[in-house]
Amino acid sequence: MHAPDGFLTAGTAVATGAISVSTVTIALKQAKEQIAEKMVPLAGIAAAFVFAAQMFNFPVAGGTTGHLLGGALAAILLGPHVGALVVTVVVVVQALAFADGGFTALGYNVLNMAIIPAYGGFAAYAGFRRLLPQNGGGVVAATGLAAGVSVIFSAAAFSIQWLFGATAPVPFDTVFGAMVGVHTLIGIGEGVISALTVAAVLSSRPDLVFGARELDRARLEPASRVPLRAFVIGSVVVTMLVATVVSQFAVDDPDGLEAVAEDAGFISSGQEHGFSDSIFADYATDGINNESLSLAVAGIAGTIITLAVGYGLFRALRQREKVPE
Amino acid sequence: MSSALSTTDLHYSYPDGQAALSGVSFSISSGERLALLGPNGAGKTTLALHLNGIKRGDRGLVQVGDLKLDDRTVGEIRRRIGLVFQNPDDQLFMPTVSQDVAFGPANLGMTGGHLDGVVRGALAAVGAEELRRRVPHHLSGGERRRVALATVLAMEPSVLVLDEPTSGLDPAGRRELIGVLETLPMAQLVITHDLPFAHELCERTLIMDGGRIVADGKTAEILGDEALLKMHRLEMPYRV
Amino acid sequence: MGAGHAHAIYVHEHSFVHHLPPETKVLSVLLFVTATALTPREAIWAFAVYGAAEALLVVFARVPFRFVLSRLLAVAPFVVFALFLPFIGEGKDVSLAGIALSSEGVWSMWNILAKAILGATASILLAATTEVPDIVKGFGRLRVPPVITAIASFMIRYLEVISGELARMRTAMTARGYDPRWLSQARPIASSAGTLFVRSYERGERVYDAMLSRGYTGAMPAIDSRSASAREWAAALILPLLAGATAITAFVTL
Repeated sequence: MHAPDGFLTAGTAVATGAISVSTVTIALKQAKEQIAEKMVPLAGIAAAFVFAAQMFNFPVAGGTTGHLLGGALAAILLGPHVGALVVTVVVVVQALAFADGGFTALGYNVLNMAIIPAYGGFAAYAGFRRLLPQNGGGVVAATGLAAGVSVIFSAAAFSIQWLFGATAPVPFDTVFGAMVGVHTLIGIGEGVISALTVAAVLSSRPDLVFGARELDRARLEPASRVPLRAFVIGSVVVTMLVATVVSQFAVDDPDGLEAVAEDAGFISSGQEHGFSDSIFADYATDGINNESLSLAVAGIAGTIITLAVGYGLFRALRQREKVPE
Repeated sequence: MSSALSTTDLHYSYPDGQAALSGVSFSISSGERLALLGPNGAGKTTLALHLNGIKRGDRGLVQVGDLKLDDRTVGEIRRRIGLVFQNPDDQLFMPTVSQDVAFGPANLGMTGGHLDGVVRGALAAVGAEELRRRVPHHLSGGERRRVALATVLAMEPSVLVLDEPTSGLDPAGRRELIGVLETLPMAQLVITHDLPFAHELCERTLIMDGGRIVADGKTAEILGDEALLKMHRLEMPYRV
Repeated sequence: MGAGHAHAIYVHEHSFVHHLPPETKVLSVLLFVTATALTPREAIWAFAVYGAAEALLVVFARVPFRFVLSRLLAVAPFVVFALFLPFIGEGKDVSLAGIALSSEGVWSMWNILAKAILGATASILLAATTEVPDIVKGFGRLRVPPVITAIASFMIRYLEVISGELARMRTAMTARGYDPRWLSQARPIASSAGTLFVRSYERGERVYDAMLSRGYTGAMPAIDSRSASAREWAAALILPLLAGATAITAFVTL
């Protein structure tokens, strides 16, 4: 998702740039208060860790691999401000020194890949923590769910930026549906890996998990007793919710949404809402005339696939744990 | 001779209550070379971190020359005590060798040509001038070790404290390091498992075990006492 | 997507471009890419100018063309997306060889292709002629807050150390027969990531102790002395000035 130059309009680049700069300024100030003189070495080495962790691939299915974004993980381990700062440095250096992502795209790349996953992921984490048991298992499960959700937030944010600053005549709802749909699946990998990573840190240095700092040693259960079932059910529920809500949202009032945007002057009136013109509507299945119905069908199909993958995944995980003593 | 560095009845316990130093007292004179031996877990590295105030004892005194260690004097003490860490990668944190060597003196306020001169001098003292522009990650173990030493020499310390300086070095690297250390005039406290190295370099030896100094004497005598060495999990590869 | 990130793109040469101070190159590329991104897509001639300028730069910098092209593959996914635009864009008002295309889609395809490729080429040239620690030093000299530059600089310093540790952990696991193919088998990998985090954090604390030992009191000392000469700035700024003039002309003549 390291977008290149020219992908979104200049106005979007500037606006997201302003948001990113102001948020990073706040993050920097808060981070300084949190870790003070240790800031430079700790944040620097944490950034190196995130960068390295993004490089490593984890298996997804039968030989295909995935990569971590790491924003939510960084926020949960280091705190949202330090986490956001650290991943921002990673994204900026990747663009400037490794030719990964456009210079003029830094505004939205930083926003989507660092700020939103870190802060949004941490917010989701806090929310999930309230619903889950107050112990190590709850921390791990909340991490998994939050990390998955953070990826979706990121995709949704990009789609919303597309609404305002698209440089191509592809309607918002198509982009939204496609981006969020794909990233819901990607989020599962991010969630599982983030959760297991935090579980590993909890078992050796629980004091290093910012998001678990209020738990005393007695309540930190060993990682192997993570309630995977809660995680499975939770992630499936969330996935279903997201996919359904997303497709409903996109279908419900697409004209309304773009009419609002037109009135506000964000989209030039030259662009038509011609969903039916598009052969390639990612969320519409072929041959179904009714747009709303086709979108809902695509949403449900996506959910079922995700459910199936999820169930298969955790079935396998549970079987591994039944290894005889 | 005056004492360059001394501790008196130093006590320290970890946050979880485990005692690390249980009354450590020793002193090292100006220009003297002192080896500190002992089994793993004896508290040697912890002691080293007390000598420049990174850790502060619960009880007892650290004195460097005429300065007693406290919040006021800690800055100057950190200049006088040159601590070379066990792992050079922990100590070489700047992008290039010259920036690393410059870090210490720059913190002392040196700038410009003066700073440059000090950096070159320190690198020359360890035989690493040609490494000036190199990236620390691409140096060999021996080179890293000598550059780490240079970063500390640049501050003109009166006592060097070296934690396991020969560990991980190949024989040639080890020989180069010994060669450098022999040319340095300041007092040296060398924590090491490399007993022949201690034998070659240091005239006096301490043994530390369980947070206490349990032996203090001439190196030849201590290293010749097999029973004493064995009691503290040490062994010489040859008879002294 | 992640795998390509940390492979440094530096090409070891001794060109004029290589020897320019890093801050001049960083600013130059930043301004050049901004000018290209702001140029209206209809001014095709302007993009030809930019392309020619970059091609010249590739020659000056003694960077092989093939190298630049291979690195450009990183923008391939977006190129593919752009290539679809005439087909999936709305408002099918043109026809080519019997296929209905969207003219707006064709223009956006062109827009994205031109700007993405020009921007990526500029980034690649910067990375090919400037070593990573120098790039960080460069943007440090460009008034980026010193804390951020210091964090970036530590990140670069320890990146290879940490990814090296990670690689060794993976090797050790592979040597014990671990060959995961499914997400459900990923627990050991994630555990190694967790261990790596703990080790990295502990290293961070030791580095802090080492910094304290050498007099650190919370602010990085000013070590850098050499700043760029006017001549070097002038040389570096030729490119963005040319681009800026082109962009402005493009706007005005539209």
